[in-house]
Amino acid sequence: MSAEVSRIAPAAAARVGGFVRRIAADPMGCLGLTLVTLLLFTGVFADLLVPYDPIKIAVPERLMDPSWAHPLGTDQLGRDVLSRVIKGSQIALGVAVSAITLSFAGGVILGLLAGYGPRWLDNVLLLLFDAVYSFPSIMLALAIITLLGPSLGTVVLVVVIGSVPVYARLIRTQTLTVKTSEFVLAERSMGAGRFRIMARHILPNVIGPLLIVASMDVPVVITIEAGLSFLGLGVRPPAPSWGRILNDGYTQIRDTPWIVIGGGIPLIVTTLGFTFLGEALRDQLDPKLRKPVG
Amino acid sequence: MSPLLEIRDLRIRFRVAGPIRARLKGIDDPFLDAVLGVSFALKPGSTFGLVGESGSGKSTLARAIVGLVPVHSGAILFEGEEAKGGDSDFATRRRHIAMMFQDPVGSLSPRLTVRALITEPFLIHGKDGRDLDAEARRLLDMVGLPANFAGRYPHELSGGQARRIGVARALALAPKLIIADEPTAGLDVSVQGEILNLLVRLQRELGLAYLIITHNLAVIRHVSDELAIMYMGRFVEQGATRDIFENPAHPYTHGLLAAQPLPDPDRRRANVELQGEVPSLARRPKGCEFHTRCPRAIARCRVEIPLPSRLDAGRLVRCHAPLVAPIASTD
Repeated sequence: MSAEVSRIAPAAAARVGGFVRRIAADPMGCLGLTLVTLLLFTGVFADLLVPYDPIKIAVPERLMDPSWAHPLGTDQLGRDVLSRVIKGSQIALGVAVSAITLSFAGGVILGLLAGYGPRWLDNVLLLLFDAVYSFPSIMLALAIITLLGPSLGTVVLVVVIGSVPVYARLIRTQTLTVKTSEFVLAERSMGAGRFRIMARHILPNVIGPLLIVASMDVPVVITIEAGLSFLGLGVRPPAPSWGRILNDGYTQIRDTPWIVIGGGIPLIVTTLGFTFLGEALRDQLDPKLRKPVG
Repeated sequence: MSPLLEIRDLRIRFRVAGPIRARLKGIDDPFLDAVLGVSFALKPGSTFGLVGESGSGKSTLARAIVGLVPVHSGAILFEGEEAKGGDSDFATRRRHIAMMFQDPVGSLSPRLTVRALITEPFLIHGKDGRDLDAEARRLLDMVGLPANFAGRYPHELSGGQARRIGVARALALAPKLIIADEPTAGLDVSVQGEILNLLVRLQRELGLAYLIITHNLAVIRHVSDELAIMYMGRFVEQGATRDIFENPAHPYTHGLLAAQPLPDPDRRRANVELQGEVPSLARRPKGCEFHTRCPRAIARCRVEIPLPSRLDAGRLVRCHAPLVAPIASTD
């Protein structure tokens, strides 16, 4: 077994390497990959990159214009906006990555089970999805937060409960069209089991659209986190979420637009980065769209 | 020699309306019969041809053999064993019977390479320490494709190449029987010939038995030893291929053969024997199903379902007024 793994591992590594290279060969994919990598880098090493303590209050230095000392100026409490933006990327990424990963996994598993599992399971799952759908999302979010108390974990849970039904429906619909195709019949006639067919033959053919949707949902989740933080239902102050930065800057926009610009640009860059990456990902995952690398 | 595959009085039916809907709409029989009263035996190493129009139940019959469609009544015996119920019961049978589906490209899982596709049967049934790369090369060689095809994806193959990959995959576990559903559909005539020659050669070398399903009479005449003509789920005529082609007994068979184009521009077809459409399976005609289109239909055909009657040399025909006089009626 271990000998087999060691034989397969380099091949798998080479395949992932080739995959990244092919995404980088596509100009838009390259841009998306760069932006996302930059964001990941900033998020992971935020504590090393910040020039100042992002929550240290220095009232005498409040609302300063950009300068070499404070490239994005300071907010109304004299905190360095650049440091807060950098630290904020950590929170934004943490929420987005954990929420999207969990929703993705949940959506794929439930969607495949609904689409390829027994009929009764499909009906039960659809009923659950519809039940979640029928709640206005804000009401659902408020109810969950009221029950569990505001925290990062609660924000993640709100997003997961809201997106799993959407993702699962997407996977289910695709599964229904793929499961009657001849190659699935051929696998069944060879004696392939349900789980083998789902994992090896259906999943790769249904996952493409969900990858796009999920990667484009990353900025949406960051916005949800920002919105909830703005309402005081997400990250508690003084933690510097991008939503809080925007909120802080909102009141000062006439005198000092730097705070809003500083908090807004990362949101835009993140949206673009994940969208480009999502589209490049889709092109590469579908061998029919894959362009040869010269 | 005992038969490899034996089918006894097989009936397959599909539910067309749920129990509640049937009650509400007043449908007495919410089922339709796709295959009815079919019996035949296939000897090891021989080829059995199934001929019929679209919707005549050929593919359904084939799918039931490998357990993709449930059997309502009757029996399918493979090497004398009957498989009932779940997938685990069909595991052995699926190891020894390989099925090829109609669409050469569409029956290959699109995200897998050729190597992964043709070695998939080993992964399903246990590879027993085989070197999959070597197996892939061996299988590609058997179907006459170069080894560098292993890295290709299905969409990078032509129809003929994809069909060869399908044959390679079918051969992987050294099956005793290959079921080929329209093995030549969608291929150029020259490629059709290549595929048929490949199948014939493999049969000679490996002693394979084939069940070939087609509506192409030229194909079936070329490859099959025995033949059954299917109409609305029933075998209307079955027997040795040569006998049937030389001397069709059922009016439907006769009509099919007469409708074949002949490579002679001067011999115009005088008239088209088969008129009209196949009736819906949901509204099966009373009596003989074929009487609505039969040029020889008599009053009896409208009321009484014909039983198979025996002709010479093991031929059976289901007709009240066959073109060849029967020896005796069976059943």
